[in-house]
Amino acid sequence: MQADQGPLPVQPFKRYVEIGRVALVNYGKEYGRLVVIVDVIDQNRALVDAPDIVRGQMNFKRLSLTDIKIDIPRVPKKKTLIDAMEAADVKNKWEKSSWGRKLIVQKRRASLNDFDRFKVMLAKIKRGGAIRQELAKLKKENAA
Amino acid sequence: MIRSVSYAILLGWPFEGSTVLRISLPLLALAMAPTKKERTASRNPSLVRGIGKFSRSKMYHKRGIWAIKAKHGGSFPRHEPKPASAPPPAVKPPKFYPADDVKTPIPNRRKPKPTKLRASITPGTVLILLAGRFMGKRVVFLKQLPSGLLLVTGPFMINGVPLRRVNQAYVIATSTKVDLSGVNVDKFDDKYFTKEKKKTTKKGEGEFFETDKEETKALPQEKKDDQKAVDSQLIKAIEAVEDLKVYLGARFSLRSGMKPHELKF
Repeated sequence: MQADQGPLPVQPFKRYVEIGRVALVNYGKEYGRLVVIVDVIDQNRALVDAPDIVRGQMNFKRLSLTDIKIDIPRVPKKKTLIDAMEAADVKNKWEKSSWGRKLIVQKRRASLNDFDRFKVMLAKIKRGGAIRQELAKLKKENAA
Repeated sequence: MIRSVSYAILLGWPFEGSTVLRISLPLLALAMAPTKKERTASRNPSLVRGIGKFSRSKMYHKRGIWAIKAKHGGSFPRHEPKPASAPPPAVKPPKFYPADDVKTPIPNRRKPKPTKLRASITPGTVLILLAGRFMGKRVVFLKQLPSGLLLVTGPFMINGVPLRRVNQAYVIATSTKVDLSGVNVDKFDDKYFTKEKKKTTKKGEGEFFETDKEETKALPQEKKDDQKAVDSQLIKAIEAVEDLKVYLGARFSLRSGMKPHELKF
């Protein structure tokens, strides 16, 4: 359910806390995990669930809302949740989104070995060289 | 029942007729077999620490001391007493007794072990040297010497680091490994690397005021050959991996934004 929107033509908020909202945990034990809001407990806390964690409460301050929303009843059974997530293709949507892609790149960079970092440096130099060559060629053509 | 049967056979005692015929052949074989399996567990299970299940008299019976005694005519068999050896040579009383008792120190039997090698350092690991002349150089680890120091080589042709000893504390171990299968490092130990002692020549009065002539010793050919022998196999293994040669030739340095505690080596 889209939250009740007022008469303004452009709403200030786009992502709402609602049942089925997918959020990213940004603090604590489950840092970096995607979870689904399955119920709202009070002004500050939500009941949160994911396929591989035990359903539990989390403060909203620990959650960063994403654009993804799935269709679930209030506090669904684990199986229902998993089926709904598969139907909405949450994993792929997340990995294709620019936010998700950025996180993947960050993780990959952090896991680089010293040798890997060296190879990346060589590749960057090579790419820079190729770009400069092309640029020089284009400049020459333009001048002519 | 089985045990009493085997005892009976040991003693050759006649026992109630029906049971004799019911002995199976393998059981007989067990009793008669010359090789017996050594008993591993105690016959007296412990109930609580220090208290066994069976009393002394029960244990006497269980161990079969009565059977052994009966077999040897009433008494437990004993070894013959050792023949009296010749009395040890007479020791003369000492001429001098010291006034105070001097305590003899206990002999030190401690044998120092080489330093425990970090689990991340295995033969063939690429290490980053953190101090000294070759600071920042990436180097191949060969083996740990008996003194605990690490034997390391550049290889010399790639980055100028010769066969050298290095302390484990001044080294970062990366997770890159080089294949050491063709390399033989058995001949290197700590004695190979010790400096040779300078012979002190006596100086006359005139020569005393002259500055010491520094003799720069050239590296003996044997050491150069050793270096080549180790490096030839190593370089082949290194060239098999793309970019590894360039990697080993470059020095490591921290750049802006690199946090060593967050870097993965």
